[in-house]
Amino acid sequence: MAGLIEQERYTCAIGALQSVVAIPKAVPILHAGPGCGNMIMGFFERSTGYAGGNTSPCTNFSESEVIFGGIDRLRQIVKNTYKVLDTDIQVILSGCTAGIVGDDIESLVDEFRAEGKNIVAVETPGFKCNNFEAHSLVVNAIIDQYVALFEEEQPYRSDKNAIILLSSIPYQDPFWKGNLAEYKRLLHGIGLDAKVLFGPKSDGVEEWKRIPRANFTALVSPWYGEPIAEHLEEKYGQPFVHFPHIPIGANETERFLRTVLAFAEKQGAEIDRIAAERFIRRETEAYYEEIDNLATFLLEFRYGLPNHAHIFHDAGYVLGLSKFLLHETGIVPKEQFVVDGIPERYHDGIRRELAKTSDKKNIPLFFEPDAGKAQDVVRSLHHNGRGIIIGSGWDRELAEEKEYDFLSASAPSPYRLVLTSHYAGYSGGLRVIEDIYNTSLATYR
Amino acid sequence: MSKVDLSLSEVQVRELRLGSITGFQGSAQELVSASRCGLRDKNRSFSQCLGCSTGNAACMVTLIRDAAVISHGPVGCSSCLHEFAFTYRVNAPLRNLDRPTQRKIYSTNLDEGDTVYGSDQKLASAIREVNERATPNAIFVLTTCAVGIIGDDVESVTEEAEAELGIPVVPIFCEGFKSKVWTTGFDAGYHAIARKIIKQPRERRTDVVNVINFWGSDIFTEWLEPFGAKPNFITPYATVDSLAYSSEAAATIQACPTLGSYLAAALEQEFGVPEIKTASPYGIPQTDRWFRALGKMLGKPDVAETLIAQKKKEYIPQIEALREKLTGRTAYVTAGAGHGHALLAVLAELGVAAKGAAVFHHDPLYDNGSEDSDALAQRVRDYGDVPNINVCNKQEFELVNQLSRIRPDFMLARHGGMTLWGAKLGIPSLLIGDEHFGMGYEGIVRYGERIIETIENDEFVKNLEKHAINPYTKWWLAQEPFTFMEGAEIWQAS
Repeated sequence: MAGLIEQERYTCAIGALQSVVAIPKAVPILHAGPGCGNMIMGFFERSTGYAGGNTSPCTNFSESEVIFGGIDRLRQIVKNTYKVLDTDIQVILSGCTAGIVGDDIESLVDEFRAEGKNIVAVETPGFKCNNFEAHSLVVNAIIDQYVALFEEEQPYRSDKNAIILLSSIPYQDPFWKGNLAEYKRLLHGIGLDAKVLFGPKSDGVEEWKRIPRANFTALVSPWYGEPIAEHLEEKYGQPFVHFPHIPIGANETERFLRTVLAFAEKQGAEIDRIAAERFIRRETEAYYEEIDNLATFLLEFRYGLPNHAHIFHDAGYVLGLSKFLLHETGIVPKEQFVVDGIPERYHDGIRRELAKTSDKKNIPLFFEPDAGKAQDVVRSLHHNGRGIIIGSGWDRELAEEKEYDFLSASAPSPYRLVLTSHYAGYSGGLRVIEDIYNTSLATYR
Repeated sequence: MSKVDLSLSEVQVRELRLGSITGFQGSAQELVSASRCGLRDKNRSFSQCLGCSTGNAACMVTLIRDAAVISHGPVGCSSCLHEFAFTYRVNAPLRNLDRPTQRKIYSTNLDEGDTVYGSDQKLASAIREVNERATPNAIFVLTTCAVGIIGDDVESVTEEAEAELGIPVVPIFCEGFKSKVWTTGFDAGYHAIARKIIKQPRERRTDVVNVINFWGSDIFTEWLEPFGAKPNFITPYATVDSLAYSSEAAATIQACPTLGSYLAAALEQEFGVPEIKTASPYGIPQTDRWFRALGKMLGKPDVAETLIAQKKKEYIPQIEALREKLTGRTAYVTAGAGHGHALLAVLAELGVAAKGAAVFHHDPLYDNGSEDSDALAQRVRDYGDVPNINVCNKQEFELVNQLSRIRPDFMLARHGGMTLWGAKLGIPSLLIGDEHFGMGYEGIVRYGERIIETIENDEFVKNLEKHAINPYTKWWLAQEPFTFMEGAEIWQAS
C-alpha cells in the first residue's frame, strides 16, 4: 500500500505527459482537472518542449464535467486542437477526474482515428500509478494505437542492425536528452543503429512507425520500461537484452557495449567486430587519458575533497553512480537511497546488483519513496571526512545541515539547469567528475 | 453585504461569491461598466492548461514558518510545491530570515484502492505521522479533485486530529474542478486560516499593520515607520502565532486586492481590523489616495501629507525624465487581475500607450464590496480607457494571436510562461517577479528604468525571433483571436 511521501521525487501517472512532449511534434491533450498540467510543468520546470506546458490543450474539468461526464467537452477540444496546433501525433491523457467519472476516451479516439487522425488515448489518472510506470503505459499505447496502424508496411525485425533503446525517462531523468544522444553515438560506434524514440536524436513519428523493423531491444534500466520491452517481444518478436542501470564511466560503459554487442551478434546483426573493438579501445583510452591526468588532483588535493557519498535517486542512478564513484573516483558510496517508488518485486534484484559493486564492502541500501524519511536516516549518521550528497533540490538543505557538498542531479532540480549534458557513457563519467569536483572547488573562495 | 461566513467549512468559489469571470473581450471601460450591471462569463470551445486552486492555496500556507502542509490526494497534486520551498529559501533575506528552515510538505499519495474504499484512515494516520516528524505548530490539509469527488470526510478527520494533537489541524477545501478562477485557492486558504488559526484580539495595537502579500521585497517597514507602525506580513514568512494575532492590528493593507480580498474582509468583519479599501498604490494619483487613506486609518493624516510631499519632491522629476524617454512607446500586459490593473497605471505614468492586456480573471468587485478597491476603474478614471482587454486564464493561443497582431514595443508580464511568446515574436518582454517592485512613486521609477533597459537590450529576442519554433497553425494566426470564445464578435486591433 502506498504511504505518506515527504518531498516527492517523482509525480503521478499524468506526469507521463512529458514522454509525449519528448516526441518531436507530438502534443499531449489532457482530459483532466485544470491544475494537472501546471503541477507537472512545475515539477519538471523548463520542460515545455514543442507543445507541452501552457500550450497543451486541456479540458480543465469543472463541476459540470464531473456531474455529466466530460466526453463532449473533450471531443470539442480535440476537434479544435487540429485547427489550432500543428502536430504529428496527439496523445490524450486522462486525469483523476475523468478516471473517477469513467469517461470512455478510447471510444472517442476511435471517432477521430476513423477520420485518419494520428491519435492515441491512455488512461493516466494520478491514483493509478506513478510516472515511472505510466511512461510504459504511454509508450505501449502509442505502439498499440499508432505504430500498429503501419505494421503491414514494416517487415518485422527486417533491419538487423537497428535496435530500440529504452532507457532514461524523459524529463524524470534530467539528463535524458544528453543520455539518449550518447547511447546513440556509442551504439553507432559498435555498428548498431539505435532508435531512441525521444528527443532531437530521434526521427519523430517516422521513427516510431519503423519500430517493428528493429531487430531487438536494449533495456537500460533497473525496472521502469520493462513492460515496453516485454510488449515489443510479444508483439513483434523482438527479444531484449537487459542492462540493469545507467552505465557511467569506463568500466560499466565497456560492459554495456560488450553486452549489447554479444547479444547483437547472437541476433544476427552484421557486426564488424574489429571496428567495434577499435571503437571501444579508443573511447577507453581517451577516458583514461583524463583520469590519468586527474589522478594527482584526486590523490593530493590537500584542502579537502569528498571521500564518501549518499545518493538519493532512482535505482538506475543509485547503481550506476555507486559503481562509478567507488571504482573511478575513489569516493566511497555509503548509505544509498532509492526514492523512485520501485515495486517490491524488483528490490532483491537491485540489492544483488549493488552488491556487485565491491566484494569488500557492504553498501547499505534503502528503498524509500518517502524521501523526507530517507533524509532523516542521513541526519542520524556520522561518517568521518567530507561527504557529498547527490540528489534533488530537496537535498540542498540536508547537505547544508551536514556541511556536505551537494550535487543536484535528480528531479526536481530547481538549483541546476541541465540542457544536453549527460551522465551516461565514458564522457558522462567525466562529466560527473567535473560536476562533483567543481562543486567542491566552488566552496574555496 | 460581505460574503464572509466562517461558520461554513468551505468558502464559496469566486464565480458564485463575487461573480468573477474568465472570458471577456472589450475595452477597460466596457469591462468596468459591465462589472456594475451583471457581468456574464464566456466559455471557450478550445482551452489549454490552467492553474488550479490547490496550487494557490498551497502558496499561502507552505511559506508559514512553523507549519506543515499535507496534500491529500495522489502524489501529482503536490508536484510543484517544491517551487515554494525554493522561494522560501531564496527570498528569506528579503524578510531578514537568516536560516530558513526546510519546508515540510507531504502527500498522502493516494492510490486506486483509496478511491474505492475511501482515504479517511490514511489521512488520519498521515496527520499523526507528520505531527511526530515535523512537530509543527499547525498542519494544513489541502484537498484535491480525487478526494472531493469520492466525498471523503476531511472535515471530521481533521477535527478529530486537532482534538487529539492539540494543535490546529486545518482543512483547506480547494479541489481544482470546483472553480475556473484559480485565485479561489487564495480564498480557500484564507478562509481556513480565519476559521482555525486567527484568534479574537487580546488588545488593539496601533503600531502594527497587517500586510497581505506574497514574498516580495519589504518596502513596508520603511513606509510604515513614519506612522509609528510596522508590518505584520501575511502569510509568507508569518508564524502560526503572528497569524493568530493578526486580529490585533490597527489595519489591513494588501499588495494586491485579488490576493487578499477575502482575508482582509474576514479580518474586518470577524475580528474588527479595518481594511484599507483604497486600491493598492500604483501610479501617482492612486499612491496619493492610498497614503492618505493609510494616514486617516492610523489617525495620522499629517504624516501622510508630509510623506507624500517628500516622496513626490524626490521622485516626480525622475518620473518626468523617464516619461520623456518613453512617451510614444506601446506596450501589452499579461498578469493576474489586480496586478494587471496596477501595471496599466504604471505604464500610463511613464507615457506608454497600453495597447491591450490579457488579465487572468476579473472580479466585478471584491469581498469588501467597495468601488474604491477597483483598480481598473481607477485606472480608467485617472488615465483613460485601455483597448483590447482580454480576460483570459492563461490561454496562450489567444495571447499569441493577439500579440502577433498588436506587436507592441514591449510586453510586461507578471506570471511565468507568458514572456516566451513576446520574445518569440521579437518583442522585448519583461517579467518582474517582485510584486512590490512597482509600488509607490519610487516603483514607477524602478519600472521605467527596467523598461528602458529591456527595450534597449533587444538583441536576444531579435535573434530568438529568427529561430522561433511555433506550434500554432497558419490558419489559427489568421483568425480573429476570440474565434473560440462564446459569442465571438468582430475584434479590431487598434
